[in-house]
Amino acid sequence: MKKELFSDFLIKYAEIGIKGRNRYMFEDALVARIKSSLENIDGSFRVYKTPGRIFVSAESEFDFDEVVDALSHVFGIVGICPVVRLEKDTPESLYESVVSYMKEMYGDELCAKGATGESCVKILKERGLNAESPKDALSNDNFGKVKWQEALPSINRGKDDTISFKIFARRESRNFPLDSMELNVEVGEAVLNAFPGLKVDVHHPEMIVYVEIRDKIYLYSEILPGPGGMPVGTGGHAMLLLSGGIDSPVAGYMMAKRGVTIDAVYFHAPPYTSERALQKVVDLAKIISKYTGPINMHVINFTDIQLAIYEKCPHDELTIIMRRYMMRIAEHLAEKSGALALVTGESVGQVASQTLASLVCTNEVCSLPVLRPLICFDKQDIVEISEKIGTYETSILPFEDCCTIFVAKHPVTKPLRSVIEKHEHNLDEVIDDLLEKAYETDRVIEIR
Amino acid sequence: MEIYLDNSATTRVLPEVAVLMNKVMCEDYGNPSSMHHKGVEAENYIKQAKDIFAKILKCDSKNIFFTSGGTESDNLAIIGGAKAMARRGKHIITTKIEHPAVQNTMKYLENEGFEVTYLSVNKLGCAEPEDLKSALRDDTVLVSVMHTNNEIGSLQPIEEIGKIIKERNPEILFHVDAVQGFGKARIYPKKTGIDLLSVSSHKIHGPKGMGMLYVGDGVRLKPITFGGGQQGGLRNGTENVPGIAGMACAAKILYENFDESYERLFTLKEKLIKGALKLGDVSVNGVSDDLSDIRKTAPHIVSLSFSGTRAEVLLHALEDKNIYVSAGSACSTHKPEPSATLKAIGLDKDLLDCTLRFSMSDFTTEEEVDETLNALETILPLLRRFVRK
Repeated sequence: MKKELFSDFLIKYAEIGIKGRNRYMFEDALVARIKSSLENIDGSFRVYKTPGRIFVSAESEFDFDEVVDALSHVFGIVGICPVVRLEKDTPESLYESVVSYMKEMYGDELCAKGATGESCVKILKERGLNAESPKDALSNDNFGKVKWQEALPSINRGKDDTISFKIFARRESRNFPLDSMELNVEVGEAVLNAFPGLKVDVHHPEMIVYVEIRDKIYLYSEILPGPGGMPVGTGGHAMLLLSGGIDSPVAGYMMAKRGVTIDAVYFHAPPYTSERALQKVVDLAKIISKYTGPINMHVINFTDIQLAIYEKCPHDELTIIMRRYMMRIAEHLAEKSGALALVTGESVGQVASQTLASLVCTNEVCSLPVLRPLICFDKQDIVEISEKIGTYETSILPFEDCCTIFVAKHPVTKPLRSVIEKHEHNLDEVIDDLLEKAYETDRVIEIR
Repeated sequence: MEIYLDNSATTRVLPEVAVLMNKVMCEDYGNPSSMHHKGVEAENYIKQAKDIFAKILKCDSKNIFFTSGGTESDNLAIIGGAKAMARRGKHIITTKIEHPAVQNTMKYLENEGFEVTYLSVNKLGCAEPEDLKSALRDDTVLVSVMHTNNEIGSLQPIEEIGKIIKERNPEILFHVDAVQGFGKARIYPKKTGIDLLSVSSHKIHGPKGMGMLYVGDGVRLKPITFGGGQQGGLRNGTENVPGIAGMACAAKILYENFDESYERLFTLKEKLIKGALKLGDVSVNGVSDDLSDIRKTAPHIVSLSFSGTRAEVLLHALEDKNIYVSAGSACSTHKPEPSATLKAIGLDKDLLDCTLRFSMSDFTTEEEVDETLNALETILPLLRRFVRK
């Protein structure tokens, strides 16, 4: 692709398009997210809406790959199309622009695959013009001198050595003399005249050139994939229980993909977990914030609660009871910050505290819904996503987190709610005090 | 109050050093290779620095080369020496308790076709001269032994080793990694038969990113980096003048107060060990339990094992009281493997993960040692109450 041709990007979004009267809210959120993702890269950009489309226009020098990378982290985008923007003029000047776009963008490739054809060279030579190779047929002197009808008889239209294309025109504004169908035909003919070796295939073309007539004319032929999903900020607000492991950052990413704004809580247990373990979680939050946008991360000192459980409750129930208090604390923070759900990285059966029986025990202590986007994912699937979003390398750094420090050799896998509740009563005398103290340690780190 | 007992990881820069370096960076910033006055000025700092080291090591200033740190000095000495000698033989001897800067350089040379013999150490972390005698071969070209072990503070019998090597064959190069020993011992390479000696600046209250390599008369090294021919073409690249000036300034001050500081550190070391042993279920590494041989160890490093705790947790609990120590060796805590040195001295497997290193400097005071012992006394019972079952 000739990246230097482009200074505009057309942003395609799918699901938002089917929203009804709320649609503008989704579009505005997407525009806002695009703007903030472009803030971190060099260059100044204009991001604006037209009916059904969002555009990004570079207004200064910029790096194509950087822009595409930034946009490919914005949920709600399904396609990023580098686009050439033209002023509206006569149909003829449009044909010319499309042809020169094709030539600049794909000239070498088309000529290598015979789209200009040896036959063109032959015809040019017969006319006494200077052409030795298909490449010469593309030169400014010769380009477009041979019409496709003349070249047709001598062009080998075998299956493999020509490229099929189609023009996909849309006239969104009526003040252009040709309608969409007429444009398809006329622009197609102009392209064929320039590249006699191409063939038209409207069903399975190898190449589609899009021509959109709006306030301006937009040409594009490449659609780079976006991450899909919904713009963050349109799906409400949830509290993620973030640890240093592989799963919870992925869970946060998946919720953000559905448009949910994420806040996070990390349970710190000094001196059993180190400052580097905390730093690791901050680093993970930083990585997913490229997708989720800014995250407010609460850090709660959990040591004393953990030690109390250790001393007063059966050891094999330690993790379950600990998880119950984590849920309670997370819910407390969620309610304070207006979050409507808790999010965890749990997956059924992955560890003892994630069997269904265990999930029942940890679930019942809070009234907010607990969302578990990874609930049916295998570890390998989760690892693959974490590699894709770039958290894996950080997640596997060997720092202990608070879930592992006192873990029993054989924790319960089928805890009974009644039994757990009974043992939790052993904490009655101290727990309110300890929770209060834990809330006081709440420290918010803004990740952006 | 901050109690910094991790001086074997790195040290606080002396104020005099910082002032001098500031001047060199902001005022006398010339390139020593420049022909004009600014260049001459800068070159003078290097000359002075070389003189300082020459005086400390009792050698000539032409034996002194500056590098980017202990690691580079070790690499240059070992790789440069081995490659220069490769035609004579490809056998190298070192110990099992070397710093990774030496260990991993040896691994590199093994891949390059050299054969390396690793000497064992005894319970106190010292290599046995007899073992060296039997390891030496006709094709041995280099022996590399550290002066002071960075994890337990054991001293290697450098003088005996030097003698054995030179009696066997004066051509064998003898390299000593003195990163932990320099400043804490008097080292005279010429008298000791040392051909190559590595020193690091940030372990002696100088700046980081700075090191020194002593290269004996007639010792040929192949350079490992190439460039503008500075320092006789052995160590190319514009000299780090502020670093050189700062490192030399630190070394000078250190050796001016050597005897006094040496005695003081031993008093503190003894106090720390005795106090810690009294806490119960604590053992000391690199020194025998009755401390009879303490004078045969480094004055500033104390390695203690606290059974029933985990080093990392204890470290963070001390940190909570503003006391900074390290678990094993700070340079290798990024790797969760147990320390090679602790394994080599045959430390009980259960104690490998219970071992902390306390390393002192001239800034360390007696109150700080008391404070540390008090902190340990409070923390240990707590940590021992909560253990992984």
